Amino acid sequence: MITVKNLQKTFHTMNGDLAVLKGIDQTIAKGEKVVVVGPSGSGKSTFLRCLNLLEQPTGGEIWFEGTQINRPDCNINLLRRKMGMVFQHFNLFPHLTVLSNITLAPVTLKLKTQEEAVNQAMQLLKRIGLADKAKAYPAQLSGGQKQRIAIVRALAMNPDVMLFDEPTSALDPEMVGEVLGVMKELAADGMTMVVVTHEMGFAREVANRVLFMDDGRVLEEAGPKEFFEHPKNERLKDFLSKVL
Amino acid sequence: MNTLLTALPLSYFSEFPQKFYESFIEKNRYKYIVTGLENTLLITVFAVLVGIVLGTLVALIRVSHQNNPKKLRVLNAIASIYLTVIRGTPMVVQLLIMWYIVFQSINVDPIFAAILAFGINSGAYVAEVIRSGIQSVDKGQVEAGRSLGLSQRDTMVKIVFPQALKNVLPAIGNEFIALLKETSVAGYIAIQDLTKGGDTIRSNTYDPYTSLMTVALIYLLIVMGLTALLGKLERRLHKSDNR
Repeated sequence: MITVKNLQKTFHTMNGDLAVLKGIDQTIAKGEKVVVVGPSGSGKSTFLRCLNLLEQPTGGEIWFEGTQINRPDCNINLLRRKMGMVFQHFNLFPHLTVLSNITLAPVTLKLKTQEEAVNQAMQLLKRIGLADKAKAYPAQLSGGQKQRIAIVRALAMNPDVMLFDEPTSALDPEMVGEVLGVMKELAADGMTMVVVTHEMGFAREVANRVLFMDDGRVLEEAGPKEFFEHPKNERLKDFLSKVL
Repeated sequence: MNTLLTALPLSYFSEFPQKFYESFIEKNRYKYIVTGLENTLLITVFAVLVGIVLGTLVALIRVSHQNNPKKLRVLNAIASIYLTVIRGTPMVVQLLIMWYIVFQSINVDPIFAAILAFGINSGAYVAEVIRSGIQSVDKGQVEAGRSLGLSQRDTMVKIVFPQALKNVLPAIGNEFIALLKETSVAGYIAIQDLTKGGDTIRSNTYDPYTSLMTVALIYLLIVMGLTALLGKLERRLHKSDNR
């Protein structure tokens, strides 16, 4: 579904060039759940953000559902409809109610009528147990509620793949569970997912494949059992000994 | 305090009905005030509209250029010159230039020239206010909008702009209040605005107190009304902040 070939990203900063991704090759199949772990600054978020072109790669190719997307002639907006994204800081629209947050994109893009969009949004809200918050504003919600609604907002576009960028890193510890719960449900439904996270428990339980990134490269990838119990790379062993 | 007392003889208060009669009733002098107020409001309202349109346009040009320096280079340069010139020269001079140079050989109502001059002036300040408002909106908001497949334009209109407007409403309100008061120099190109009207009464009656104080009071009342209105609007826009 997603194929990445020799992906490179260099940021041009005032202190010179900073190579964040140094050649990544990956293939993510339909229905697969890939979890990316690694230390801060390893490039895992940049990798994820390159997949829906929030960051423009400086080298390599990204293919999504049979088309190369990092080309000038690719309609980036059409592509993003099929890729939902969930952010570390939720990024709900604070001036809109929960319901409008969810219906904004489908209605604006004329994919659904207002009525259809509201029906779908209410259904999704019921699924995560927040139907009573439909008329509330984001400022009135807890972090966990905000993130669950951010997930639902992305789902309202009926995406083929969901990208999660450290979805639980900004949450109080007691709210992590409710967000991971929604994500697990989503995984069980067969959604293709790419998750950048520090939640090793989630990686172990849900992932088909875990990638370890450091210094702009994927240093190890394996099934979760193999990854956590028999790590081969020295850097990964060191990392796991600190986080587990 | 002493100078004020000598400037305003106490006898003024006992003579006030007489003074009032002379200033406003006699020879229908109140008409100077009424016409003046009409013109002042006319110029302000339309100059505000010109200012908003122009300011928003310039702000959008500046922001899109800043986000992507390759885009709109020429327009950004023009906008930049406009801001520098307008903010770097006095309003009265701009008004005089508009009337005596730009419209020198074209026959238009001076009020039209004034609306244009004040609108162009206001636009420069509004542009900077709106630009700061757009830039005050968190980058994550744009990313969230774009990640849902919304175009740059939709994201701007539906997500960034409403939040920017909320942030800058007090500053925009101040700008309009300043503009209302600034129109008092319209008399320079022989427009009978509120200030000029009051001044005409003063020169006819030789009584500066009644006429000028009345004019000041009217400005004050309008500004207080506008402030109250803006406060109301601001509270409505901040509905979503309540926890």
